[in-house]
Amino acid sequence: MSISELHIDSAAEARLRDAVDRAGLGPIAEKVFAGERLDLEDGLALYRAEDLHAVGALANHVRERLHGDLTYFNVNQHVNYTNLCNKFCSFCSFDRQPGQAGAYTFSPEEAAEKIREQLDEPVTEVHIVGGVWPKLGYDYYLDLLRAVKSARPGIHVKAFTMVEIDQIRRVAGKPLQEVLAELREAGLDSCPGGGAEVFADRVHQAGYDKKISGDEWLSLAREVHRAGLRSNCTMLHGHVETLEERVDHLDRLRRLQDETGGFQTYIPLSFHPANNDWSHLPGPTALDELREIAVGRLMLDNIAHVKAYWILMDIPIAQAALAYGADDVDGTVVEEKIYHDAGATTPQQVQREELIDWIRDAGRVPVERDTLYNVIWSGAEA
Amino acid sequence: MSSAPPSPPATTARPARPWRPPLASLAARAPAAGALARIRSTVLDGGRITPEEALELHEHADLPLLGELADSVRRRKHPEGRVTYIVDRNINPTNVCVTDCGFCAFYRRPKHDEAYVLEREVILEKVRETDRLGGRQLLMQGGHHPKIRSDWWCDLIADVRAKFPRVNCHALSAPELDFFSQIEKRPVEEILADLVEAGLGSVPGAGAEILVERVRRIIAPKKTDTDRWLEVHRRVHEAGLRSSATMMFGHVETAAERIEHLQRLRELQDETSGFTAFACWNTQPAGVPEEHLYPKKTTPAQYLRVNAISRVFLDNFDNVQTSYVTQGMKLAQVSLRYGCNDFGGTMLEENVVSAAGCFHLESIQRIEQTIERAGFLPRQRNSWYGIVDERHEGPTFPSCREEARTEGSAPLSA
Repeated sequence: MSISELHIDSAAEARLRDAVDRAGLGPIAEKVFAGERLDLEDGLALYRAEDLHAVGALANHVRERLHGDLTYFNVNQHVNYTNLCNKFCSFCSFDRQPGQAGAYTFSPEEAAEKIREQLDEPVTEVHIVGGVWPKLGYDYYLDLLRAVKSARPGIHVKAFTMVEIDQIRRVAGKPLQEVLAELREAGLDSCPGGGAEVFADRVHQAGYDKKISGDEWLSLAREVHRAGLRSNCTMLHGHVETLEERVDHLDRLRRLQDETGGFQTYIPLSFHPANNDWSHLPGPTALDELREIAVGRLMLDNIAHVKAYWILMDIPIAQAALAYGADDVDGTVVEEKIYHDAGATTPQQVQREELIDWIRDAGRVPVERDTLYNVIWSGAEA
Repeated sequence: MSSAPPSPPATTARPARPWRPPLASLAARAPAAGALARIRSTVLDGGRITPEEALELHEHADLPLLGELADSVRRRKHPEGRVTYIVDRNINPTNVCVTDCGFCAFYRRPKHDEAYVLEREVILEKVRETDRLGGRQLLMQGGHHPKIRSDWWCDLIADVRAKFPRVNCHALSAPELDFFSQIEKRPVEEILADLVEAGLGSVPGAGAEILVERVRRIIAPKKTDTDRWLEVHRRVHEAGLRSSATMMFGHVETAAERIEHLQRLRELQDETSGFTAFACWNTQPAGVPEEHLYPKKTTPAQYLRVNAISRVFLDNFDNVQTSYVTQGMKLAQVSLRYGCNDFGGTMLEENVVSAAGCFHLESIQRIEQTIERAGFLPRQRNSWYGIVDERHEGPTFPSCREEARTEGSAPLSA
C-alpha cells in the first residue's frame, strides 16, 4: 500500500510544507510525500513535536490521499461473553473472579438472545470478546459462535482477540490451523485487535505478565491471517510505556503487515484509569489521543484504516480525530462493558443517525460499511 | 396566566438548510487552497483578516489549519504559555424575567411557582462562602424582573463591597442595563454612574447571542437589539469599566452572521479597547421554551471551528475563554490549542445553562491538571485578567477596576 502517486494541489502542498517546516518536521514530511516509510527516530520526533497541528495536518494529508473525505462506520453490537478472567492485567477494570459481584458468563443461548434482541436494527456485525476463563471448554467457544450465527445468519462475527485464540487453542488441544478452520466453520468471520497492549517485554512484565507476550500475539496474528481471516490491531497507550516502546510497537505491527497484509484497521486505545490497578496514573489527555491517531496514521503506511473509537474518546475528540488521521469511527455498539467498567462516561450506544450527523459535522462523508469495508450505504450528497 | 411567546416571522423562521461544515478536504483543493494559503500568511505574519477572509476560513478551512492559526495568535498574545482561570461564584439573584427568550430554560415569568428572588442574607452567605474559599469574583446576573430596578442592585453591590472587599462584583449585562434604562426612563450612563459608585467592578458579556437583527428578531425579539447592546458596552467602557463579550451560535444564524457578529465586536474594541475577553458556545436547546425553533445541537467540531475563527478575527481582544460548562473538560482542553488562553470561572454554582440540561462544574484541581497536562502554566487571575497567583513573579496588574480602565475613559472614584 503505497501513498506516493497522487498529485497534491500545489497551493495546499505549499501550505502543508510550510507548516511542517515551521514545526521542524520537514524531512519527515518529504518521506511522507515520497511514500517512504518513516523510521523509529521519525516516530519519536512526531511524538515529541510541540506543534500537534502540524503532525495532524501531515496525518490528515495521508488520510485524505487514502480515503478522501470518506469516514466509515458500521451498525454493530458487542457481546462480552464472560468477565471471568485469570490474566489480572493491571489496566483492566472489566475482569471479575467467580463469586464476585457482577461476575457472569453467558451461555451460548444467552448470547444468541442478545443477538435476537437487536434483530430489528440493521446490525451487520457482532464484536465478541471476553475474559480468559479456563473452565470454558473448546465446545463452549464453538457453540457460542454457532448460536450467534444461527440467531442472525447474515451477521458478521468478529470474535476473539489473539489472547482468546491462544486460550481456545490450548483447550482444544489441536494444532492452531485446525482450530481456526473449525472456528470458521462454526461461524467466525474475522478477529478484533485487542489484547496487544504494548508489545515491549518490559511493559508486559509490568502490567500483564500472565498474558501472551508481544511476540506471541504477533505470531498468532500471522497464523490467523494465513488461515484467511482478517483482523484488526491496537495499542493501549497512556500508562507506563515509553515513547520508544510505542514506536517499537507500531513498527512491529507494520512489519507483520508487510508479511501478511491481514490487518484491516489500527485502533489506538486510551488507557482509562478508573477501577483498576493503575488508577493512580493520570491516563492520556485528549491532545494525546489526537496525537496517537496522527502518529499511527503516519507510521502504519501499510494498514488501510485508522479508527477513532468514540466509546473511549468521547464524540468531540473522535470528531476532531477525523481531521488528524482517522477514517473510521467504529459503530453504534450496544452494551459496551469493557470501557464503561473503566470509567468511560460515554453513552452505551449512539443512533445511526447521530453518527451520520456528527461525521458530516466534522466535514466528512459518512459511509456505512460492513466488517470487511464493503459499502452498505454512502452518505455522499449529490 | 398565559405567557405564550410571540410567533416568529414565518419567512425568516429558519434557514432552508441548516449550516453544514464544509467538506474537510476542500481545504486541499483549489480555489479554496489558494485563498486559504494567503489568509494563513496574513495571520502568521500578525496581520488582520477581513470579514470576507474570516468567512473563507469558516467555509473552507479544515481543523488542523484552524488550529494552527488560532494557536499562533494565542502564542503571540501569551508567549509565556499561561492559561488563566478565576475562582469565582455565579449567583443569579432572580430568575424572574419578562423578556421571554426562546432559548432560555432558566427564566420564569413573574407569577410562576418556581419564580424566586434571593433574600439579601442568602446572597451574602453565598458570598461569604466564596470569600472564605479565596474566591475573587462574583458573577451576578438575573432575569429582567419588572419590579427590580438598578437601586436594588446598587444596594446589593454596595453591601457586598463593604463586607467582602476582596470579591469583585462582575455583574449585570447589556440587556439588564438597557432594561433598567427603559423602566427607569433615564440614560444608561446615569445608571452606570450609580452602579460604579456602588462598587460595580466589571460587566459580563451576556445577552449578545448573535449581534444581527434578523436573528435577534427570531430568538429574542424582546431583548436589547444589536446596536443598543453595543452602545451599552461603549458606555460601560466610557464609564471606566471593562467588560467581556460573548457569542451563542448554532441556532438560526448563518455563517456570515457569525462573522458579522465578530465584526461588530472588533469595531467597538478598536474604538474603546474596553473588552477584556471573548467567549463563545453553542446553544443548548434541550428543554428550552421554543425548542421547536432550534435545530439539533451543533456538534463539537463546530465549536472548535467557531472558536478558532473568533480568536483569529478578534485580533484586538487579549483573551479568549473556553466554555467547559457547555463543552466538557476534554474539548475545553483541546480548545487551548484552538485559541483559548483562559478557562473562565470555577463557578461554585451555575444555574442558567444547567437549567438547559448541561452541567459540568469542575474543581480547581481538575482545572489546573487539565491546563498543565495540555502543556500550559495554570495561573489564577482576577476579573481584569491580572495574575493573582503565588507562582507568579511580578506584581498583579491590573489589581483593581481603577487600574484596569482604558485610556480616555472616565476616572473612577476609588
